[in-house]
Amino acid sequence: MDTISIIEGRVIDPATNLDLVTDLHIADGKIIAIGNAPADFTAAKEINAKNKIVCPGFIDLSVRLREPGAEYKATIRSETEAAAKNGITTVCCPPDTDPVIDSPAIAELLQQRSAKAGMAKVLPLAALTKGLKGEHLAEMGILKQAGCIAVSDVRPIVNTNVLRHALEYAATCDLTVFLHPIDPWLGNSGCAHEGVVSTRLGLTAIPEQTETIAVARDLLLVENSGVRAHFCRLSSGKSVEMIQQAQDKGLAVTADVSIHHLLLSDIDIHLYDSQCKVCPPLRSSLDKQALGDGLKNNIINAICSDHQPHEAEAKLNPFSMAAAGISGLDTLLPQCLRFAEQMGMDLITILSYLTEKPAAILGIDAGTLQVGKVADICIFDPNKNWTLNQDTMYSMGKNSPFFGQELKAKVYFTIINGKVVYEYL
Amino acid sequence: MNSIQLNNQGRLKHFLDIEGLNRKLLINILDIADSFLNIDTKAVKKVPLLRGKTVVNLFFEPSTRTRTTFELAGKRLSADVLNFNINNSSTSKGEALIDMLRNLEAMHCDMFVIRHNAGGAATFMAQHVAPHISIINAGDGQHAHPTQAMLDMFTIRQNKGDFAPLSVAIVGDILHSRVARSNIHALNILGVSEVRVVAPKTLIPTGIETLGVKVFNDLKKGLDGVDVIIMLRLQRERMKSALLPSAYEYFQSYGLTESALKVAHPDAIVMHPGPINRGVEIDSSVADGPRSVILQQVNNGVAIRMAVMAISLGAVSEQDSN
Repeated sequence: MDTISIIEGRVIDPATNLDLVTDLHIADGKIIAIGNAPADFTAAKEINAKNKIVCPGFIDLSVRLREPGAEYKATIRSETEAAAKNGITTVCCPPDTDPVIDSPAIAELLQQRSAKAGMAKVLPLAALTKGLKGEHLAEMGILKQAGCIAVSDVRPIVNTNVLRHALEYAATCDLTVFLHPIDPWLGNSGCAHEGVVSTRLGLTAIPEQTETIAVARDLLLVENSGVRAHFCRLSSGKSVEMIQQAQDKGLAVTADVSIHHLLLSDIDIHLYDSQCKVCPPLRSSLDKQALGDGLKNNIINAICSDHQPHEAEAKLNPFSMAAAGISGLDTLLPQCLRFAEQMGMDLITILSYLTEKPAAILGIDAGTLQVGKVADICIFDPNKNWTLNQDTMYSMGKNSPFFGQELKAKVYFTIINGKVVYEYL
Repeated sequence: MNSIQLNNQGRLKHFLDIEGLNRKLLINILDIADSFLNIDTKAVKKVPLLRGKTVVNLFFEPSTRTRTTFELAGKRLSADVLNFNINNSSTSKGEALIDMLRNLEAMHCDMFVIRHNAGGAATFMAQHVAPHISIINAGDGQHAHPTQAMLDMFTIRQNKGDFAPLSVAIVGDILHSRVARSNIHALNILGVSEVRVVAPKTLIPTGIETLGVKVFNDLKKGLDGVDVIIMLRLQRERMKSALLPSAYEYFQSYGLTESALKVAHPDAIVMHPGPINRGVEIDSSVADGPRSVILQQVNNGVAIRMAVMAISLGAVSEQDSN
């Protein structure tokens, strides 16, 4: 039997508003006590967490594992391990694998291989339409039974009729829809936010309306269908306003933002830095600020890594020809803490966007340290600085705009289902 | 911006972009080009400045005049010149730009002149190339075409002398034009009194004012009193992407005709980077008329490219303009 006592850590659980230096005890994969151990309890392993934070393991709403289909970029094993080493205990995998997650076989493959790896848990997101082609509905009911946690479009659904039906059908299946608001036409050949930077660098532009038009359309169809909708990776301040209006109206709408959109803007592209090429694009510094405010005001409900590992060659190209995406698992926690510092946000609040709030979006019983809950736990030192480089980065993809930067916060232990899966030595 | 253009001593190493260069350097390029201007009238049309050097022209986009003037410039400097005309579709499917760069490096060349349809391609090459090689940007996407801008400045100086009092209008497809962007930077660095851009709203990029221009959507207002008119080529594809209704309507509104030219200063010169679309952006009578300096621009292209190549390879010092 695995029994663990975590001694003298600063235990922070946003879900119960707990922030206290105390002990935490684990048995049978669950948290059995906080504070004093039960009388008959003996810990097989004792972790000294003095001067460290003990919090729920992080839940990341978007992690590309690249398997199946692009194993030269990363694999289920490599990325679930990298996640675990960064305190991330649950990851959602978008359906744009190859083949697409539109059949139970692929959903099961992801779960079986990740279970075998024994690191971070993988929750597959199913395709909303077959092959993500926007033409026919995917077998959402069957995919739900096969373990898919939600359904997602990923690529724009051009045919509004198909989208409307897909949302209605998802509502029927009681599935949350993860929507990526991108207009299929506007800026579809672009690679940078439309603004002074794109004009100066001569980069084909992606206007703000690429996102806002899609948000508007999607919100109208969400309202019509009554589906629970989660808007993925907002990039513009105007979208935040629109989401707020929908929430004020009482629609079941949530949203997330990637950590890089909270820290970077189009100015960071500087001299065509292809590491700053992402989709949606980094927008203006005003947008960045509005996203931060949206998070603070709880209009945006979660921060994700939007992890997209690439092989080095994918970024070794002129900006417009380089692949989009940032390898984000390794920087999620440190950069969230940096963002919190910039915003004057306390630790328990910033951690809520990585724990209980994404858990609520997914409707899973996780992201909290309550007695009786599954012991998915991260123990980190908030004051341990380290430098992001080839050796300290655990993901197979080394594509990061933060390469070479000194980061704060180092994960020392990760516990998943009551087992220590990672210990920093 | 683009400090990689300069080496540790602040000397020009790569020529990628006008933005970030100073007035002194631009004037220096013009002065050195002046000294090369009459080489083609001599019996031996060569100077030995780049003897033993190898220049590679890497053209990923079709080009006649830019490529041939670069080739001629290299040869008049006594360099060995290799031309690669690379069909872009084959590289996008096959060899990556970085691999091509490594292969060419292995051939021990001294300079790459690159034209590519991706903005920043020349900068990318300069960021990754071996330290002894110079990169010259012969046009990268919609970003920059710095040698074109310099030959335009050269032509303006030949005709107008001083930059300070000039009002300059750039007319046409500003959105897609690397020539416009480089000219805007060059004109502002050289201190002209005013730069205008004239185009319909569909062809004006967001925030262009921040580069130091005034935007006009009306041709006659935009040309009112200007000393220099730079016309831009209008690509036929612009009609397909719903930016304009037709070439005919464009000519009606933005084509440079004798009548439109009347509002400009009586001594205004008319420029065009070529190749011209007669009856689309410019009327033949203007293109071939007394105000046109279009062929003078072409002639100046060789001298300017010689100057840029010689300076970048350290064959002439930046102060030495005689």
